[in-house]
Order: sequence, then structure tokens, then C-alpha cells
Amino acid sequence: MNKRNNFKSGIAAAAFMLAASAFYGCNSGAASEQTLPIYGERETVERTVDGKTIVDTIYHHIPDFAFVDQDSQVVTQETVNGKIYVTDFFFTSCPTICPKMKSQMLRIYEAYKDNPNVVLLSHSIDPTHDTVAVLKDYADRLGIESGKWHLLTGEKDSIYDIAMKYLVPAQQDGNVEGGFTHGGDFMLIDTQRRIRGHYDGTKEESVDQLMQDMQLLLKEQNHDTK
Amino acid sequence: MTQNKLTAVVLGAFALTTLSQCFTKKKDEGKRLYEQHCQSCHMEDGSGLKGLIPPLASADFLQTNRNNLPCIVRKGMSGTVTVNGVEYNKEMPGVESLRDDQITNLLNYIHTNFGNNNERYTMPEVEKLLQACPRALN
Repeated sequence: MNKRNNFKSGIAAAAFMLAASAFYGCNSGAASEQTLPIYGERETVERTVDGKTIVDTIYHHIPDFAFVDQDSQVVTQETVNGKIYVTDFFFTSCPTICPKMKSQMLRIYEAYKDNPNVVLLSHSIDPTHDTVAVLKDYADRLGIESGKWHLLTGEKDSIYDIAMKYLVPAQQDGNVEGGFTHGGDFMLIDTQRRIRGHYDGTKEESVDQLMQDMQLLLKEQNHDTK
Repeated sequence: MTQNKLTAVVLGAFALTTLSQCFTKKKDEGKRLYEQHCQSCHMEDGSGLKGLIPPLASADFLQTNRNNLPCIVRKGMSGTVTVNGVEYNKEMPGVESLRDDQITNLLNYIHTNFGNNNERYTMPEVEKLLQACPRALN
């Protein structure tokens, strides 16, 4: 049984390596520039242009949204239009992983506060408690500006729905400390609102990676607009 | 014969576990408890989080509130608190499950790390302080 498992995982590893090397082979030809993956489901759509069939790939993307930030400003897809953004889910009275996530998000904030192409969105999963006033106090104590880092509240259902679109776990749970469970995930979103990276917001190394990936993504987007 | 063997194995295992008890890092208990119960808010270096969570590193509060600390760890605290001249106002949950000896180890770890160099607690001292905890600090 054990041997068989070993054998199986051996094959899997070999297959993976083969795939990886094949992938690497393709990539190295293209200007030696790394690109970030695009996460989520995708579908292909065929359309006909001038009698020829063209296949388009439609990627998973974040739908339109409308929330309110710590300054009572409405934040929508327009707010992030043409920008890349990092997003997470938290709540201000969270006794577990949130402080660490916020200390890591602060690093990103400090690094990108003068870059107009980057925005940070932190959604509260306890919007009944986390009113604009509560978020305002939280932001002031963190010493952050809302133009760059929006702490969001809104309809509870909309927030939990959009968490699903970001592929991030979030749910109300009376059995855990604080009353909510959520991941410590940071998601990196591109200008087309596609998910391009997934990181552990409680780990410094993972956030280091995120900041490197942001550079890559900014370069890519810069390229696209030219 | 087989039973003898079994006894020998059981005795051997028992001796090993007993022995290994002597080598467990008991002195690291404070550190372990800190990582488990405190670190996610007060951070690895005890620096806290800006104006939200007070620091433990070089914190005057540890000295000025020495006698309240055991109860704060067990029962938590709420309301405003001033640490190193900055006012904080965020509820801290208590950890009711910690025994008196664990609280002693935890506090001594905090008092002798993060740039703190305060007098250590003895267990009788902590026991006495804990007996006088208010029922609920909230």
C-alpha cells in the first residue's frame, strides 16, 4: 500500500517536473520576462471575425462592487480603475490573526503610498460592528490615508459574496474566538480585476513575495497600456 | 518469555519518557506561551501595532502595573490604557485556561525580553495576586 503510494507520488513528481520543464522551456524564449498566473475558472468563447473563428479566453474576474470606506466615501470598481490592488478580509475586534495581517499590510502601504497605480482594500466581515466611525478610528490609529488604503464596510451579504469572488474564505461562526473565521489571505488583483496572486498575510516572507510580484505586475500593466 | 519481553519493552519505554521529561525545555515555557497566546497581537518583537495595540517592548506599563499583570493575563482588560505616553483603547481577551505557574513563566519571559529588564515574579507572588483578581474586569 505504502509502496504503491510512493510509486504513485513518484510518477506525479516526474509528471510535474516534466510539465514544469516544458513550461519553463516555453517561457525562456519570451524575452526572459516572468509573468504571474491568472487564477480562477476560465472559459473559452468562439466568435467569428471576417469569416474566421477566433477563440477568446474569458478569465475569472471580480464583479462590480460598492462599499463605503472610513471617510464615508463610496468605493467601487471605478476607484480601482486602471490600478492594481491588494485586498484582504478582517474585522477590527479580531483577536487572532488580523493584527499581524495589518502589520504586514502596513509594510505594503509604506512601500507604495506614493504610487498612484496601487490601491489597498480591506473588507470588514463584521460590518454591523465595524461602522464608518469604528473604521475611521482604526485607520487613524494605524496612521493611514484613505485615498490609498480603504477600510470597507457595507451590506454583509455583499461582502461575503465578494469574498467568494476573491476566492477567500470568510464566514460567521459563533464557535470560534471573535465570532468569525476568515483566511489571512492577501490577494493581488490586476487592472482587469483578475486574481494574479495569493499570499499569506500573516507571514513576512509571503508578503515579501507579494511585493516582488507587485513590481512584476506593475511592469506588465505598464506594458499593456503602451 | 514473551511476557517478560513485553514487560521489558514497557519498562524501557517508561524509562525513556521519564528521562526525556528531564530534558524538555521547561525554561522555554514562557516563550512558547507568548507565541501561542500573545504574539499575534503584540507581535514577535513585542512592538504592538501602531496606535491600536500597545507595545510590551520597553513598556513603562509593565513596571507601573506590575501587581495587576497576572489578573490582566487571566481576565483580560478593556477601556483606555496609556503605554509609553500613547493612549490605546482596544479590548484584550484574557486567557482563563492558563495555570498560575504558566502565568508566572509567561510574565517572566515578557519581563526579561523585548528590551525589558524587570524583576522576575516568584510563583507564590503570582498566586497571591491571582487570588485577588476582580471577578470580571469588564
